[in-house]
Amino acid sequence: MTQRTVVENSALNIVVLVKYVPDTQFDRHLTGENHLLDRNESILSEMDEYALEAALALTDARGGAKAGNNVTALTLGPAAAAAAVKKSLQIGATAGLHISDEALAGSDASATSLALAAAIRTLGPVDLVITGMASTDGETSIIPAQLAARLGLPQVTFASSLEVEGSTVTARRDGDDVSEEIQATLPALVSVTDQANEPRYPNFKGILAAKKKKVTTLSLADIGVPAHAVGLAGSKTTVTEAAERPARTAGVIITDSGDAGIQLVDFLAAQKLI
Amino acid sequence: MSAIVVFIDQVDAPGKLHAIHHQLLTLARGAGEPVAVVAGPVSAELAAELGAYGVSRVLVSEQAELGGFLVAPKADLVAQAATAVSASAVLVDNGAQGREIAARVGVALDAGVITDAVAVSYDGGALVAHKSVLAGSYTVQARATSAVAVISVKSHSVEASEAAQAGVPAVEALTVAFAPASLGARVTKRTPRAATGRPELEDARIVVAGGRGVDGDFGPVEELADVLGAAVGASRAAADAGWISHAAQVGQTGKKVSPQLYISVGISGAIQQKAGMQTSKLIVAVNKDSDSPIFEIADFGIVGDLFKVLPQAVEEIKRRRA
Repeated sequence: MTQRTVVENSALNIVVLVKYVPDTQFDRHLTGENHLLDRNESILSEMDEYALEAALALTDARGGAKAGNNVTALTLGPAAAAAAVKKSLQIGATAGLHISDEALAGSDASATSLALAAAIRTLGPVDLVITGMASTDGETSIIPAQLAARLGLPQVTFASSLEVEGSTVTARRDGDDVSEEIQATLPALVSVTDQANEPRYPNFKGILAAKKKKVTTLSLADIGVPAHAVGLAGSKTTVTEAAERPARTAGVIITDSGDAGIQLVDFLAAQKLI
Repeated sequence: MSAIVVFIDQVDAPGKLHAIHHQLLTLARGAGEPVAVVAGPVSAELAAELGAYGVSRVLVSEQAELGGFLVAPKADLVAQAATAVSASAVLVDNGAQGREIAARVGVALDAGVITDAVAVSYDGGALVAHKSVLAGSYTVQARATSAVAVISVKSHSVEASEAAQAGVPAVEALTVAFAPASLGARVTKRTPRAATGRPELEDARIVVAGGRGVDGDFGPVEELADVLGAAVGASRAAADAGWISHAAQVGQTGKKVSPQLYISVGISGAIQQKAGMQTSKLIVAVNKDSDSPIFEIADFGIVGDLFKVLPQAVEEIKRRRA
């Protein structure tokens, strides 16, 4: 991507990926011969709220939209996915971009990251691309890494803290065995975990202000991606079988009357676990 | 037979293979010719261990960039090695780093990527990945439609076994050409975590996990875990409260575990938690609130005070073993 010189605390141009996903509070289903996810009852992915908050915290500290900071909420999905952008605008994003095209249906991570990279390139010089740690539907965490690779950006993923000083982004990445501090020069791609911050809620003022904000809707042709490169045709993986796992049912429930610990051990012994 | 690349990271702790590497090599040997791609040194001991698992060819790079930057240089190594040996598949572990290497190798090789495989089978020469999706509510089979398949595989996807005949692998050095952006995210500080001495959450046969109900005291949970040889887990509420490391968190934004036995203690069992543990073989729940949703999925539930029930169980296990 085009290099931009960012001086101390100058305005930032940030893209936040927001995904419209089925609400995890309800049962979710795979449907049809291609085993695609039923996207009714969808909402903004909870993980993306942390990405949006990370972007807003950085731009708030630099004077917000008045000082020329931009936070563009980018989504890719059917017409209804515009709701994820709208919610992001209510929370505080300054603009929205919705990539909507029937040919996108059934895209796997590879096809999705291809289209997202093309969409981001239409936005001109970007300082930061910020994403959540995973979507709450696919849960693979592939997209941030693929997007960084496709855009040629440094990949700073699973950040549990994030700071930008001048043109240097510093993040903490907490692994199982080691906690690492990562530094990169802008522009960069960052994914944040749910430890990174406490997302804000949209307030009344934000909801009113969102009505005046601009949402751009672009088709695949608009972003220069051929239809055969995405969707089921352009995906490089296929789901050949899907089976719903029988729902777990409640077993024996007892109320402790003084010997529940012993009954627990009896249960473990009967299951040959001790 | 086509080459199947298994990535082995030796940068941080060189010397020997982990259990997951034994499993990946066993899978690769069943589907083709396993080629080990190693980041970091290959000692004589490591080469012998690779040979025992049927590896005849090892590609290795000890370039400093592999350790000084996040993920991307290792992905460059794996992609360039896979091209060098004309691999039909790449297998990596399913940790955060492994999944991200898989993602980037997929872009580099224009290959399909499947993560979180709990088993890998073969069908007409193609690798089929089996995985749970939507928080364990579906099991699916997926495969790559590209020339190369890239799969990240969870622990215990296969029982590891050594090859019938051990070989002596040829070790070839590979000089990786790193993409400029791969050297963009520098590791500037590393703070190792103190080892707990308990099994890893994702490897453990038994997990004992505590939630809000432990009220800051993981003592009873840890004591039960230790008599059972179990790993200790936690709900997000317990980890957020700072009572235990976030590395112990089980759930949607933590670890996804499927042990033989999951003992849930003082955890209500909301979707965030269930997403990480409901594929466990058996679930035991201890909670003082009989309305907790955890009881809807527990095979054995105790409505009671964990500070009484757990110590009593610990004493009883010790008594029976004495």
